[in-house]
Amino acid sequence: MGDAPLRVRGLTVSYGASPAVFSADMTVAPGAMTAIIGPNGAGKSTLLKAVLGIVPRVSGQIEVFGAALERQRARIAYVPQRASVDWDFPTRVIDVVEMGLYRRVGLIGRLTRQHRATAGDCLARVGMSDFATRQIGQLSGGQQQRVFLARALAQGADLYMLDEPFAGVDAATEKAIIDVLKSLKDEGRTILAVHHDLSTVPDYFDRVFVINKSPVAEGTVAQAFTQDTLQQAYGGRLATGLLDQLFPATPAAAAPAFPARPS
Amino acid sequence: MGAEFVALSLPPILIGSLAALACALPGNFLLLRRQALIGDAISHVVLPGIVVGFLLTGTVSTWPMLLGAAAAALVAVGAIQLIQRIGRIEPGAAMGVVFTTLFAAGVLLLEQSDTSNVHLDVQHALYGNLESLIWIDATGWQSLLDPEALAWMPPELIRMALVCLIVMAFIGLLWRPLAISTFDEGFARTLGIPATLLGLALVTVSAIAAVAAFDAVGSIIVIAMFICPPATARLMTDRLAVQVALSAVFALVSAVVGYVLAGYGPIWLGYADAVSAAGMIATVSGLLLAAAALVGPRRRGQSA
Amino acid sequence: MIDIGYNATLVAIGAGLLGIAAGVIGAFLYLRKRSLVSDAISHATLPGVALAFLVMVALGGDGRNLVALLAGAALSALAGLGVVHWLNQRTRLGEDAAIGAVLSVFFGFGVVLLTVIQTIGAGRQAGLETFLLGSTAGMLRADAWVIAAGGALSLLACTILRRPMTMVSFDPEYAATQGLNPARVDMAMMALALAVTVVGLKIVGLILIVALLILPAVAARFWTERSEVVALLAGLFGGVSGTAGAVISSLAPDLPTGPIIVLVAAAVFIASLLLAPQRGVMAGALEWLRFRHRVHMRQGLLALAHGHTVYEPYTMRLLRGAGLIRADGVATEKGRAHAARAALDERRWQHLRSRSENAALAARYDGLTPVETWLTPDQIATLDREMTGSGGAA
Ligand SMILES: Nc1ncnc2c1ncn2[C@@H]1O[C@H](COP(=O)(O)OP(=O)(O)O)[C@@H](O)[C@H]1O
Ligand SMILES: [Mg+2]
Repeated sequence: MGDAPLRVRGLTVSYGASPAVFSADMTVAPGAMTAIIGPNGAGKSTLLKAVLGIVPRVSGQIEVFGAALERQRARIAYVPQRASVDWDFPTRVIDVVEMGLYRRVGLIGRLTRQHRATAGDCLARVGMSDFATRQIGQLSGGQQQRVFLARALAQGADLYMLDEPFAGVDAATEKAIIDVLKSLKDEGRTILAVHHDLSTVPDYFDRVFVINKSPVAEGTVAQAFTQDTLQQAYGGRLATGLLDQLFPATPAAAAPAFPARPS
Repeated sequence: MGAEFVALSLPPILIGSLAALACALPGNFLLLRRQALIGDAISHVVLPGIVVGFLLTGTVSTWPMLLGAAAAALVAVGAIQLIQRIGRIEPGAAMGVVFTTLFAAGVLLLEQSDTSNVHLDVQHALYGNLESLIWIDATGWQSLLDPEALAWMPPELIRMALVCLIVMAFIGLLWRPLAISTFDEGFARTLGIPATLLGLALVTVSAIAAVAAFDAVGSIIVIAMFICPPATARLMTDRLAVQVALSAVFALVSAVVGYVLAGYGPIWLGYADAVSAAGMIATVSGLLLAAAALVGPRRRGQSA
Repeated sequence: MIDIGYNATLVAIGAGLLGIAAGVIGAFLYLRKRSLVSDAISHATLPGVALAFLVMVALGGDGRNLVALLAGAALSALAGLGVVHWLNQRTRLGEDAAIGAVLSVFFGFGVVLLTVIQTIGAGRQAGLETFLLGSTAGMLRADAWVIAAGGALSLLACTILRRPMTMVSFDPEYAATQGLNPARVDMAMMALALAVTVVGLKIVGLILIVALLILPAVAARFWTERSEVVALLAGLFGGVSGTAGAVISSLAPDLPTGPIIVLVAAAVFIASLLLAPQRGVMAGALEWLRFRHRVHMRQGLLALAHGHTVYEPYTMRLLRGAGLIRADGVATEKGRAHAARAALDERRWQHLRSRSENAALAARYDGLTPVETWLTPDQIATLDREMTGSGGAA
C-alpha cells in the first residue's frame, strides 16, 4: 500500500483576518508514531481540526490513504484535547465507548452481544472497566481522557489523531495512554499526536512535524527534532536549560527548514 | 357518563395527550442541545404563518394555514441560524430578534387584513380551544367500533396522531446518530454523520409537531410541553433512554390531569364554568417540574 | 409638525423614553448574554395582572387601575425571575430551559386566571387582553401619564447605574476587584429590565416587549466594539423606534402600536446587520474574499518560487489572471520576479522568527504580510547582512 495515511498540501486555515495555519505541507508515514510540536497557538490543534473538516480551510488539499477524506472516514479516529461536551449529559461511560462502534453498527442496526463485548474490551485496554456504568461527568479529567481514547479504539481506525493526549493527566493515565498507543503501533496502525512535552518526544515518538503557523520541519526524530528546528519554531520561547538537556552539546544536524515538502 | 365522556372528554384528552407527546419527545434533544427555546420561537412564528396562509388562499381552510405555519417555522429557524452565523450573534438574542419581528409582522398583517368575520385571532392562537374538539356522533364507548361514527371524529385527532407517529418514527429510527451528535457534535462529524443536517431535521420535526399541536391546542401547551416534561425527566435520571421515556410519561400525566382539573376542578369547587384546559395543562407540567427540582434524585448536575 | 393629539403625543414621548431605557438595559443584557431572560420576565407578568384584577374586584373596585395592575405584573415577574434564577443555580437545568419553563408555566397559569375572571363576571375583564399585544387606542389620560413618567424613571435609573453595569458586563472579575458586587449589579440590571417590561406592557404588550430589549441592542453591537458606545447607540435606536412607531401608528386606525414599534426596530437591525462597516455582513463578505485572494496569491507565488505544483484551481486562475503564469502553467518573467520577492520575504521572516530577541516582531508573522510593513529599509539591510553572515537558507 503506497498511499500515505495522510497527505496535506498547501493548507491554510483562518478564524478571522489572519491565518492560524499558513501553507502547511505534511506527509504522515504509515505505521509510525508522529508528534506534532510547536509553541502555544502555533496552530497544531487547528491543523488536526482542518484535516478532519471540523474547521473550514481557506485553501489546501487533503488526502487520507490516497483518497478524499469523506471516503475514508471509517479509517480515521480523532481524540480531541479536551472534548467540549456537556459533562452532565445523560450518558454512561460504556455508552460513550459504544458510540465509537457507530460505523460498524450502522444507522439503524442494533448493538449485538459481540458489539458490547468489543466496547468492553476497548474500555479494558485503557484500564477503565470498573467505571463502565458511571455517568461520564463523575470521572476525573484523566479518566475522561481515557474513555475518549477507548471510544476511538472502538472505531477500529487505521489512523489515530490525538490532540495533546497527555495534557493535564496524572502519571498513571499517561502510562496507560502511551501503552495503548504503542500497542496500536504494533498492530500496524498510524499515530499522529499533538505533543506538548518536548522532553518525552524521543521516548514516545518516531517522527516529528514541527510547526509555527507555517511548517518548520518534518522527518524522523533524528532529522527534524533538532536544536535548530526548535529554535526556529519556538524562537525565544524555549528555556535554554531545556535545550541543553535535550541536546547535550551535540552539533545540530542541518535540517531542511523550508521547503518542508519532500522534493 | 359513558356517552358524555366519549363524546365530550375523550377526544380533547386524546388530542391533548398526543400533542403533549409530540412536543415532549423532540424537546428532550432540544433541551440537551441548549436549544430549549426553539419551541418558544417556533410557536411565536406560527401566527404570521397562518395569516400569510390565509391571505394567500383567502380561505380559512386548515391545510393552507398549516402549511403556512410550517413554512414560517422553517423560515424562522433558517433565519435564526443565518443571523447567528453571519452576524456572529449569540443564539438567544438571534432567536429573540427573529421571533419578535415575525410575530409583530403577523399581528400587523392580521390587523390590516379583513379577518374580522373569520375565526382567526391572537387569543385563539395562544390558548387554542381544546374544549371545543368534541365528537358529536359518539353515543358511547361502542362508537369507537362504529365506522360511521369514527368518520366524524375531530380531524385534529387524526392529524395529531399522524404527527405523533412521524415524531416517534424520526426519533426511533435516528436514535443513535441523534444521541451521538447531541452529545458530541464534533465527534459525530468525524464519524461522517451529517450533524448540521440532522440538527435541522430535528428542528423541522419539532416545527411539524408544534404546528399540528398549535392548531389543536394553542401555543402555550406547545412551549410548555417542549420544555417542562423533558426538563422534569432530566432531573430524575442519568440515562438518555430513561429520560426520554420519563418525559413521555410526564407529558401524558400533564395532559390528562390538566384537562381533568380544568374541566372538573371548578365544578368541585362549586363554580359553574371550566377554566382554560391549555393553561391548566401548562400549569400542571410546571408543578411536576417544581416537584422534580425540589426532590428529583438527579436534580444536581456535576457542576451545580 | 404632525398633529396627533395630546394623548398620542404623551404616548409617543413615553414610548421614546421607554425605548431609550429598554435599548440601554437591553445592551447590558446582551453583553451579559442574557437577552432572553427578558422573555421570561414579560410572560411572567400575566398572572400578576390577573391576580391584581381579582384582588381589586374582591375589594369592590372595577379592577381597571393601571398602577395596581402594573404593580401586580411587577410582583409576579419578580417571582418568575426568582424561579429562573433558582432553577439555574440549584438544578442542572441551563438558563434556556429555566427561561422556557418559567415563561410557559407562568403564562399558562395566567391564562387559567383570565378564564377564572371570565367565569366570575363575564364582560368585566375587558381590557386585560390588551396587555398581550398592547393597545394605546382609547387610552385614559392618566394612563398615558403613567407611561410617560414610568419611561422617564426607568431612563433615569439607567443613567445612574450606567457605570457599574458597563464594568460588570465588560469584565465581571475586574469589576469585582474594583469593589463592585457583580451579582448585585446583575440583580439591578434585571430589576431595570423588569421595570421597562412592566411600563411597556400597555404600549407594546407582553409578547413583544422583549423585542425592545433585544433588537436595538443587537443592532448597536454591529457598529462598535466598545460597551459604553453599544449602550448609547442601543438607547438611540430604541428611542427612535419607540417614538417613530408610536407616531406612525397614531396616523391610521388599524396600525397597532406595539407591532409597528417592533418593526421599526427590526428595520434598524436589518440595516445594521447588512451595512455596518466592520461587523456587517457585506463588509465581512468583502473582507473574506480579499483575504482568500491574498492567501491564494501568496501560496501560488511561493509554489512558483520553489517549483512546486499548484493543486488549487482557484490559485491557478488568480496567477493566470494577474499575468504571472502562462496558460500552460509556466511562470512569466513578471511571475518569476514576484515569486522571487515572495520567497525572499519568507526567508527574511524565517530568519527573524528563529532569533529569540525578535519575539515581538515574530508574533506579527501571518504568512501574508511582507516584512517591509514592519521594518525600515535600514533594518532590512541589516537583516539581509545577518542572513548571509549566518549562512541562512539560500
Ligand atoms: N475557535 C477559534 N476562534 C478564533 N481563533 C481561534 C480559535 N481556535 C484557535 N484560534 C486561534 O488560532 C491560533 C492557533 O490555535 P491552536 O490551533 O489552538 O494552537 P495550538 O493548538 O498550537 O496551541 C491561536 O492564535 C488561537 O488563538
Ligand atoms: Mg492545541
